[in-house]
Amino acid sequence: MNIYVLVKRTFDTEEKIVLNGGAIQEDGAEFIINPYDEYAIEEAIQVRDAQGGEVTVVTIGGEDAEKQLRTALAMGADKAVLINTEDDVEDLDQYSVAHILSEYLKDKDADLILGGNVAIDGGSGQVGPRLAELLGINYVTTITNLEIDSDTVKIVRDVEGDSEVIETSLPLLVTAQQGLNEPRYPSLPGIMKAKKKPLEELELDDLDIDEDDVEAKTETVEIFLPAEKEAGRVLQGELKDQVKELVQLLHTEAKVI
Amino acid sequence: MNFELTKEQRMIRDMVRDFAKAEIEPYARELDETHSFRKESFDKMGELGLLGIPFPEEYGGAGGDIVSYALAVEEIGRACGGTGLSYAAAVSLGATPFYNFGTEEQKQEFLVPMAQGKTLGAFGLTEPNAGSDAGGTRTRAYIDGDEWVINGEKCWITNAEYSRQVVVTAVTGQNEKGRNIITAIIVPTNTPGVTIRSNYQKMGVRASNTCEIILENVRVPRENVLGDEKKGFGQFLNTLDGGRISIAALSVGIAQAAFEKALAYSKERTQFGQSISKFQGISFKLSDMAMEIELARNMVLKAAWLKDNGKPFKKEAAFAKLFASEMGFRTCNKAIQIHGGYGYMAEYDVERHLRDIKLMEIGEGTSEIQRVVISRLLGC
Ligand SMILES: Cc1cc2nc3c(=O)[nH]c(=O)nc-3n(C[C@H](O)[C@H](O)[C@H](O)COP(=O)(O)OP(=O)(O)OC[C@H]3O[C@@H](n4cnc5c(N)ncnc54)[C@H](O)[C@@H]3O)c2cc1C
Ligand SMILES: Cc1cc2nc3c(=O)[nH]c(=O)nc-3n(C[C@H](O)[C@H](O)[C@H](O)COP(=O)(O)OP(=O)(O)OC[C@H]3O[C@@H](n4cnc5c(N)ncnc54)[C@H](O)[C@@H]3O)c2cc1C
Repeated sequence: MNIYVLVKRTFDTEEKIVLNGGAIQEDGAEFIINPYDEYAIEEAIQVRDAQGGEVTVVTIGGEDAEKQLRTALAMGADKAVLINTEDDVEDLDQYSVAHILSEYLKDKDADLILGGNVAIDGGSGQVGPRLAELLGINYVTTITNLEIDSDTVKIVRDVEGDSEVIETSLPLLVTAQQGLNEPRYPSLPGIMKAKKKPLEELELDDLDIDEDDVEAKTETVEIFLPAEKEAGRVLQGELKDQVKELVQLLHTEAKVI
Repeated sequence: MNFELTKEQRMIRDMVRDFAKAEIEPYARELDETHSFRKESFDKMGELGLLGIPFPEEYGGAGGDIVSYALAVEEIGRACGGTGLSYAAAVSLGATPFYNFGTEEQKQEFLVPMAQGKTLGAFGLTEPNAGSDAGGTRTRAYIDGDEWVINGEKCWITNAEYSRQVVVTAVTGQNEKGRNIITAIIVPTNTPGVTIRSNYQKMGVRASNTCEIILENVRVPRENVLGDEKKGFGQFLNTLDGGRISIAALSVGIAQAAFEKALAYSKERTQFGQSISKFQGISFKLSDMAMEIELARNMVLKAAWLKDNGKPFKKEAAFAKLFASEMGFRTCNKAIQIHGGYGYMAEYDVERHLRDIKLMEIGEGTSEIQRVVISRLLGC
C-alpha cells in the first residue's frame, strides 16, 4: 500500500499567542504537528503495519518544518518530503496548497492519502477535499474509523457528533477527526532512527510549478485575538424577575434575540 | 560556541515533556499522599526507550547522549519529583555502573533488560553508619569456595524492590596502608538471605521506592564482582560523578514546576486592587527564580556536554548538583511564599515541590560533600 500523509507545522494554540503588527509573532511561539495530522500519521502507520507498504509524510513550508517531519519519521513513517516554498511565495492559502500537493502527488500512484480534518491555525478544512478533487479520487472527511479490505474501504465518519457509515474504494483521501486513534509518542529508538530516514527537499521549480499559478486566491485582511472573557453576572431577586431581566438583557445587551 | 540543542535532543525533550504531562503529572499528588511507587509509569517509560537513553543499541539502549538524558530527567522531574528520582537512579545508579565497569556477559545479562525497561536497577552504598563517609562501610564479603558470602545492612536504597539485582559495596579486605578494600558485588534480589523492605515515612520524593536491604549469609557466584575487585571505591565515586548531573537536572525540573505555578498564580491573585505580580516584592522574587533556574540548567547542560565529549566533568558535575539543588530549594520556598496561605496547602502542589527538592541537597553527596569535592579539586 502506497500511503501519503499531509502534515502541517502549526503553532501550539494551547500556548500563549502574541500578535505583532497584524501577524502572529513566531519568536517564542511553540510549534507542533497540527494535532489532527497526528491522527492521520498514526492511522497511516497502523494501516502500513497491517497491510504492508510505505508511509510518506509530506509538508509544504519552510526549513523549520523539518523538525515536524522528523517527528513523524520518529513515530514510524518511512520517508518525508519537504516542499520548501520559503523563497518562492509569501502567502499560501488552501487553493495554493492543494494545487502544489496535487502537482507533487499526481504521478505517485497513492492508494491512500490521509490528512487532518482541519489545521488548528487556518482552520479551513479545505485542503483535503480540494486535493482529492484535483487528483480525481474519492474522499471522506472527519473519519473516526477506517477498515480496509483489499479495495473496499469501510469508514465511520463524525457528523457533528453523530456517526455515518460509508463504504468506498481505493484510491482514497480521508481526513482524520479526533477519536480515530490514540497517536503514539515517538520512541527513543524511533527518534534515533529518524535521523537516517530519507527526507527529500523540493522547491516549486522541481515540480515545474510557476509561482504565479499558486498565488493565494484569498487575502487575510486582519488577525485579532478573541476578546478577553468578561466576568459573568449573577442576577439577583425573585426568580420571576430574574427571568424577565434575562430576556430583556438578551434583547438589549447581548442582542441575540 | 553553540548553545542550540540538536534536532534529536529537542525531539527527545518535547516527547518526554508531552509524555510526562499526560502520563506522570496527573498522578503526582496522589502518589505523594499515599507514599506509592507507580510501576505502570516505568513500564511506559521502558516502552518508549527512556530507560536506555545513554546506552548504545547493542546493549538495548537508544544510543543517545547524556545531554538528552539530562533533558529527559528534567522533564520527568518537572511532572513528579519522586518519579524523577527513581528514573534518574535507575539509569545513573542502576544501569550505568554495568555499562562503565561490567564484563560483556554482565552487560548482556543485566544491562540489556534495564536499558529496555524490563527491570529497574539499584545501587546499594549507604549504610546506617556509612553515608558521606562510604569508607566506613561495614557490610563484609568473603570468598567461600566459588562464592562470595555477604553480610550487612544497606539503607535508603532507591528502587531496590523493583530491581532484578542490586549492586552492593562490601569490605573484602585491607590494603597495605590498612585501609578497607571495597568491592562492588552484583546481588540478584531473589537470592536467599536478601530481605528488602520499604517502610520509611519520607518527607518528600514519596513516589520513589526507597528501601532497606538486609544481607544475611547471602551467597553469589565469585564472578559477580562488578569491575575491578580492588577498585570498588573508585568505581562508585565515578558513578556518583555521573549521577550528580542527573540530580542537578532533576532539581532544575522541580524548580521549573514550582516557578511556573508561582508565576501563573501571581498574575491571577489580586490583593490591594491589583495582581500581586505587580508588587516588586513578588516580581523581583520571580525574576530571581527565572534567572537561577536558567543558570542551573546551563551548568547541567555544560557538565553533560563535557561528559559526552569525553572531557573531565567532575568539578562541573559538582557545581551543577550543588548550585541546582540549593537554588531549587530557594525557588520552591519562594514559590510557597508567593502563594501565601494557599502555598501551604497540598492542593497547590508547591509545598510538595519543596519537600521533594530537599532530597537533592542530601542524596548522591550532600551539599557539604559537593563543597569538599570542589575544594579538593581546587587544591585546598
Ligand atoms: C530518599 C533517599 C534515597 C537515597 N537513595 C540512595 C541509593 O539509591 N543508594 C545509596 O547508596 N544511597 C542512597 N541514599 C543515601 C544518601 O546518599 C545519603 O543519605 C547521603 O549520602 C548522606 O549520608 P547520610 O544520610 O548518612 O548523612 P551523613 O553522612 O551522616 O551526614 C550528616 C551531615 O553531616 C555532613 N557531613 C558529613 N561529612 C562531612 C564532612 N566531611 N564535612 C562537612 N560536613 C559533613 C553532611 O553533609 C550532612 O549534613 C538515599 C537517601 C535518601 C534520603
Ligand atoms: C495554617 C494557617 C493558619 C491560619 N490561621 C488564620 C487564622 O486563625 N485567622 C486568620 O484570619 N487567618 C489565618 N490564616 C491566614 C493567613 O493569615 C494568611 O494566609 C496570610 O495573611 C496571607 O494571606 P494570603 O494567604 O491571602 O496571601 P496573599 O495576601 O494573597 O499574599 C500572596 C503573596 O503576595 C504578597 N503580597 C501581598 N500584598 C503585597 C504587597 N502589597 N506588597 C508586596 N507583596 C504583597 C504576600 O506577601 C504573599 O507573598 C492562616 C493561614 C494558614 C496557612
